[in-house]
This record gives sequence, structure tokens and C-alpha cells, in this order.
Amino acid sequence: MRALPSSRLFWIGLAAFLVAMALPLYVSGYVLGLLTVAYYTAVFAMSWDLLFGFAGEVNFGPTFLIGVGAYTAGILDAQFSPGISVYLCIVAGAFAAVVGGVVLALPALRVSGPYFGLTTLVAVLMLQNFVIVAASLTGGEIGLAVPDVLSIDATTNYWIAFVFMAVSGAILYGLSVSPIGLILQASGQDKVQAGALGFNVTKHKLAAFIVSAFFSGLAGALMVFYMGTASVGTFIDVAVAVQIIIAAVIGGRRTVIGAAIGAIFLIGMGELLRPLGELATLIVSVIALAVILFFPDGFVGMLRGGAKA
Amino acid sequence: MLFWQILIDGFAVSALYALGATGFTLIFGVSGVLNLSHGAIMVGAAVAAWAASGELGVGPYVGALIGIATGVLLSFATYFIAVRPIQLSPKIAEAEKEIFILTATLLWGIIIQEAIAYLFTNNAKTVLPIIEGVVTFLGVRTPANEFFTAAVCWVAIFFLWLLVNKTRRGKAVMAASMNPKGVTLLGIELSSIYLTVWAIYGLLAGIAGILLGMFLGVSSYSVGPLTASAFSIVVLGGLGSVSGSLIAAYVVGYLETATAYLISPAYRTIPALLLLVIVMYLRPQGLFGRR
Repeated sequence: MRALPSSRLFWIGLAAFLVAMALPLYVSGYVLGLLTVAYYTAVFAMSWDLLFGFAGEVNFGPTFLIGVGAYTAGILDAQFSPGISVYLCIVAGAFAAVVGGVVLALPALRVSGPYFGLTTLVAVLMLQNFVIVAASLTGGEIGLAVPDVLSIDATTNYWIAFVFMAVSGAILYGLSVSPIGLILQASGQDKVQAGALGFNVTKHKLAAFIVSAFFSGLAGALMVFYMGTASVGTFIDVAVAVQIIIAAVIGGRRTVIGAAIGAIFLIGMGELLRPLGELATLIVSVIALAVILFFPDGFVGMLRGGAKA
Repeated sequence: MLFWQILIDGFAVSALYALGATGFTLIFGVSGVLNLSHGAIMVGAAVAAWAASGELGVGPYVGALIGIATGVLLSFATYFIAVRPIQLSPKIAEAEKEIFILTATLLWGIIIQEAIAYLFTNNAKTVLPIIEGVVTFLGVRTPANEFFTAAVCWVAIFFLWLLVNKTRRGKAVMAASMNPKGVTLLGIELSSIYLTVWAIYGLLAGIAGILLGMFLGVSSYSVGPLTASAFSIVVLGGLGSVSGSLIAAYVVGYLETATAYLISPAYRTIPALLLLVIVMYLRPQGLFGRR
């Protein structure tokens, strides 16, 4: 009986994949640009889901990792361009995010529950303050202008973002169904028992943190070179973190793919409702709240038709 | 001169922080709920007071009453819309209820915030002060309303103390925060205790919001920072410890005020955040936490 709903999910996924492949032929550059941002956000949300859904750690600060990656890449390029390749900057950004993730995780993993959440939230606020105070380096509140971009062609940018999302999604999903993902899930649900079974809980959580940081930082750095600017409002602000968390939860936590669906839904809805002005965020929040209250398993849970996962 | 200024300003700001954080910590202590719509409830109460006293012209006293009523109303709405359905839901695993309540209250806060922005615009609003004029005290010219703010905060906290320690209902609330099962065994309905706590919380958050609106002014942008500051104060003091929150509110309030006056207003929040990180690292349960 289990094969039926999961195969339905597979066919829906395949259809979505084909539609995404065909889109550049039919829609305008504006829509492609919007989807590009949505795909990067999807990677943010999937990385967050790995940490929360599987390791059970509520990370309020996904934007700390994203911000470190984005700003490292952006600052390197702004300081040394054209002597430095864009790709080198991106790799450096991802690497910096991993270092930032370890620095954040080591003290943060000592605490749990709301305290862990708060530590990560504080990290975001500190980074935000740092960016504003060190304005000569980071561009402060105005934002950092980056001299290079990945491409000026909307279709190329779309493909880069799409392939990146598909590859990171596949890796994160693969990881989540692998033995490592199961151990993470076990330690998220019962830390003591997982430890008693001989698994090093802290080591696995740290590994999850590093993987999450790597993809967050990489996506952040790529997005900087798509947008050509880095600003607190797009990469670090708590509001961005909130959007990522909401995306992952309404898409269906502990599914990785759900997080991507949630992110694309949130950005798409925000755009569709834009003519309503200020009401747009209100309506999106009401929908998200309704999903959480009535369909706690999110969109993926709905697609599975209520089958127990 | 500067010293006295920091002392007086810091005292008023800290008293406000203390009042805001007390309700927040009370709810956590009794029902284990971290209410992330806290800032939105405070701003909602302040904006209601502003609209009633300024736009409708009912005067500052009636306006303040309407504001407090709004605070209580929003508090109950939070409980019945974003908290209780999740606590009762059979579809959500116990271990995951915490994150669901966090996300739901967060969304509910955004809904309130956006509704305020839509109905009353994003502009900063200053609630009509109840006491006007300026007092020169210890060589510092201070708005009289600042003293009024600090006084009201402490009177409210005193009444909370009386309620919790001297009334039957308050003792039941206290007992529920220590051992919920024990309270139900004594024949006290736990859900009615939750209602009491959310009512007290609404009162406190409403008063704090209106005072903040008189003192510094509020806008829908203050929602996030208000929630974050209440959260940090409560964690610094130890989750669920009311006296810890009071002390932490003063530590944070004075640190912020001193930084703003002595270094630069741009650095205002940084020392408090650093302190928070250090405390989390050395003593994760907070300064006065029980766990």
C-alpha cells in the first residue's frame, strides 16, 4: 500500500521537474528572475530542514550561515576584483560559512531546546550589527555592491539556480534517507537512547550543522553574484530567517523536498499577491498559519494523502 | 550630569523591559510556551491606545484603558488561535509541539503586525502621555512621563507579586508552574489556570506596550526587536524565573543606555548580546534558571 502514495509523489515531482525545464521557453525574464531567487531560497530552506527536521535542532539563525557565506564572497570580490575569480569567491564563501557553522555549533550544541534557538538568533543579531558597524568594509545598511555577476542573461541565471537546487536537493535528500539521516533522526527524537545505542550524537549533529552551513553558504554566495549586491535585508535580517523557517514547516518538515516546495510557494504567493500591497504578507501568513494548524505535515503531507510517513 | 542622566533614563527603560519580560516568562513558566507574538501584542495595545486617544479623541485615560483591553483581547486570541489548537492536536507529536507553537505564534505576530501596518500605516506613533511637562531632577531635565512610566511598571509588578503570592488563584498558578500534574490532582482545572495566566500576560503586555508608546513611540517595525529583547532578557534571567527576569531587565536596560550615551547609539544592543552569548556559554540555564 505504501508504494501507491509514494509513487504519486514521484510522478508529481517528475511533472514539476519537466515544467521547470520547459519554463525558460515560455515565460518572461521577470518570472525567471523571480524563480531564480525562489530556487536559492529553496536551498536555504532545505539546509534548514536537515538541521531541524532530522537533527531536531531549532536553528533560528539560518541567515547567520547564509550571511557569512554571502558577505565573505561579496567582500572578497569587491576588494580584489578583477584579480580574483568569481568562482573562487563563491568557494571561499561556502568555506567561511562552514567555519562559521562550526564556531556557532560548538557552543550552541552544549545547550538544547529554546536555548539553542536563542544562541543562533543572537548570532544573527550580532552579525547584523557587525555588518552595519563595519560599514567601510561591508557597505553597512546601504548594502555592498559586487563588481562581478555570474551572468547577465536571465535564462543562464535560471539554469544555474535550477541545477544548483536540484543537485543540492538530491544530496540533502540522499543524506536524509541514508543511515546518517536515520541516526540524526534518532538523536533528534531521543538523544539519550541514540547515545545508548552507541552513536556519537554530538558528532552527527555537528556533521549536520556543517552540511547545512555548506549549502547555506554556497547558496548565499551564488545569490550575491546573481543579484550583484549584498544587503542585510536580503541575506541576514531575522525576517529572512523567519521566511525560511516558515517555508520549511509549511512544505512539510523532515522531507527536504517539502522545504523547497514551501520556499517556491512562499515567493510565488508573495509575488502573485503583490497588487494587494501591504495585505500580501498578511494573507501569506494567514495561509501559512492555517497550513500549520490543519495540516501539520505540510504540503508534502497533503500530497501523500494523509498516509503515515 | 551624564551619570545621572544614564541612571534615570536607564531606570525607566529597564522598568519597561522588566514589565514586558515578566508576562513572557510567566507564560513560559506555567505552560512552557514561548510566545513569539509578544512584540506584536505590545505594539497592538499601544496602537489601539494611540488611535483611541488621538484619532477618536477620548482622552489619554480612556485611551489607555482601551489599549489595555486590546492587549488582553490579543493575548486571548493568541492563546485560542495559535497555542491551544496545537496543544490539543492529535496530529502533532508531543516532542514537536514546541517548534509548532513557536512557528504559529511567530506567524500570528506577523499577522497582527501586518494588520496594524495596513490599518494604521507603518509610521511611528506616539501615544498621548498621561502626564505632561518636564521635571528637572538631579540636574537632569527629564519628561515627567518617564518617572510615571517607571512608577507604573513597578506598581504593576508589585500587584503581580501580590496576586501570585497572596491570592488563592495566584498560588494555584505558581503551583502549576512547579508541577502541573500535582495541581490537577488537587482538583484545579489546568485549562482555567492557563486562561488566568494569559489574562495576566495580556494585562502586563498591554500596559508595557502603552507605556512604551508614550515613552519612545511604536511602529509596526518595533515588533521584531521587542520580541527579541524580551526573549533575551528572559533567557538571561533564566527561563521561567520572574525575579531573574527583573534583574536581567535592569542589566540589559542599563547596558544599552550606558552604551548609547557613552559610545554611540549605533552600538546600543551589542554589549547586551555579547553578555548573552557569554552567559549562554558559561551558564546555559541563565543567571537564575532552575534547570
